Amino acid sequence: MTAVTIAPTVRVQRDDFDLQREIDLISKGKPGIGAVVTFTGLCRDEGGRLEALELEHYPGMAEAEIERIGAQAIARFSLCGLTAIHRYGRIAPGENIVLVIAAASHRQAAFDGASFVMDYLKTAAPFWKKEHGADGKAGDWVSAKDADDAALRKWTR
Amino acid sequence: MTRLIYFAWVRERIGKGEEDIALPASVVTARDLIDHLKTLGEEYETALQFPEAIRVAVNMEHVDHDEPIAGAREIGLFPPMTGG
Repeated sequence: MTAVTIAPTVRVQRDDFDLQREIDLISKGKPGIGAVVTFTGLCRDEGGRLEALELEHYPGMAEAEIERIGAQAIARFSLCGLTAIHRYGRIAPGENIVLVIAAASHRQAAFDGASFVMDYLKTAAPFWKKEHGADGKAGDWVSAKDADDAALRKWTR
Repeated sequence: MTRLIYFAWVRERIGKGEEDIALPASVVTARDLIDHLKTLGEEYETALQFPEAIRVAVNMEHVDHDEPIAGAREIGLFPPMTGG
């Protein structure tokens, strides 16, 4: 049997995504898949303080970085498939921001693959969030978190 | 000419999303570029006053500040990323 190189499915889009449709797409025609892990990141209201997030991205580079991270995850965890969708534009609390789906033969690889992609995506994919307050004022840009950098270190041990 | 692209608060503070500029020969690394831009006006100085907070991408790939930027068609300057 020849090894088939699996490419990640990556989309950067303004529109929402359909979780079930994406699961169907990644698993269709691949009976070797035994585990599908999905992660969905949502916009939260920060205790009522936030009316919306404005997500800015670097077109072209955003897709390229997520594809690079996705390809690394496929190789490292022997994934059968990897889908990553990241939205941009104005997103209200309760709405989806990001979706990562990792498919593998067994659960641990699928869990690890999804977690790996999210950890790297947060610090290397060129997206920025600006807060819009419930008081109608455009607020600050969200600051990068040290915890996100710390999360990367578990993958370099 | 090299195309410079700015994002998030770097874009807001400089006051434009992109521009084409001719880089002097003294600009070799990404750090040199930031230092050079800071001489172009108050808005650049404000945007780039903390160089360690500025991320640089050459032709859409991340580079460290000590890496050369020779031959770049497009250079992006932006704050640490906050996606996901």
